[in-house]
Amino acid sequence: MKRFRCADVAELVTAYLDDALDAPVRRRMDEHLTCCAGCGRRLDQFRAVIGVLGTPPAEDLRGDVRDRLMSAFRDRRRG
Amino acid sequence: MAFAGGGPPPDDIVVEALRAGDEAMFASLLDAWSPGMLRLARAYVSTDDSAQEVVQDAWLAVVEGIDGFEGRSSVKTWVHRILVNTAKKRGARERRAIPWSSAFRPPVGPAADSARSPDGDGLPPGPWKDFSVLWPTPEDEALAAEVRGQIAAALAGLPARQRTVITLRDVEGCTSAEVCEILDISAANQRVLLHRARAWVRGRIEDYFETVGRPA
Repeated sequence: MKRFRCADVAELVTAYLDDALDAPVRRRMDEHLTCCAGCGRRLDQFRAVIGVLGTPPAEDLRGDVRDRLMSAFRDRRRG
Repeated sequence: MAFAGGGPPPDDIVVEALRAGDEAMFASLLDAWSPGMLRLARAYVSTDDSAQEVVQDAWLAVVEGIDGFEGRSSVKTWVHRILVNTAKKRGARERRAIPWSSAFRPPVGPAADSARSPDGDGLPPGPWKDFSVLWPTPEDEALAAEVRGQIAAALAGLPARQRTVITLRDVEGCTSAEVCEILDISAANQRVLLHRARAWVRGRIEDYFETVGRPA
């Protein structure tokens, strides 16, 4: 079986985080990660990106749009 | 108004309530899903007003369509499919209406740099720099705001499909199965789009830290 390279880690990071790798591939990636500090950081960076993305700034429907939608919903039942 | 205990009740209850004209249920769905729908709409349209209109039109289609909803997907997936289709149409119309002056401006920003465009893997050739330790913690609000700004800019540089996938997965927390159903794509395709988008955003943040010269 071919040795796991750093480029393979870069390619498979997302599949790894989705737990979508076959068990043998995952095991080899885990082995690589335990002995390659660079790839460990790469994984941390991906996790950091995902973490920041997951706490986005607040976003709200404008008041007038919300009012229009509520009255459209009300009217539909009457119509 | 929000749902007690997190998410909405089971779909059959939601659908029945909407069909019966339950305003509180409709209001709760509006408040729970509209923020994410606005973020998604931005993958296709350029202004806040357009995004608001896209979300409005999508909800109007939901109101019109609820009686015919057949339950082949979840309500959430159905609503988000309507949103994406509405946003795509609106985005296409906006691009046709683009003024001449901006149509002939040379490309600027990330898209101009084809070597590191989001269509590639966005990965630098050399070893990865260690900036993860500098990433914002809840105590460092100023840095968090800077990084958030960079991330918003990075998302804006993505092609619509990649931006939609990363928004659904990483911002809104959808599962990969939900994303595949909303966008009608395969699991493998979903993962490729997500991977490119994440690699692109990571690369932009790295560039930012290099530019501001924060110690690594």
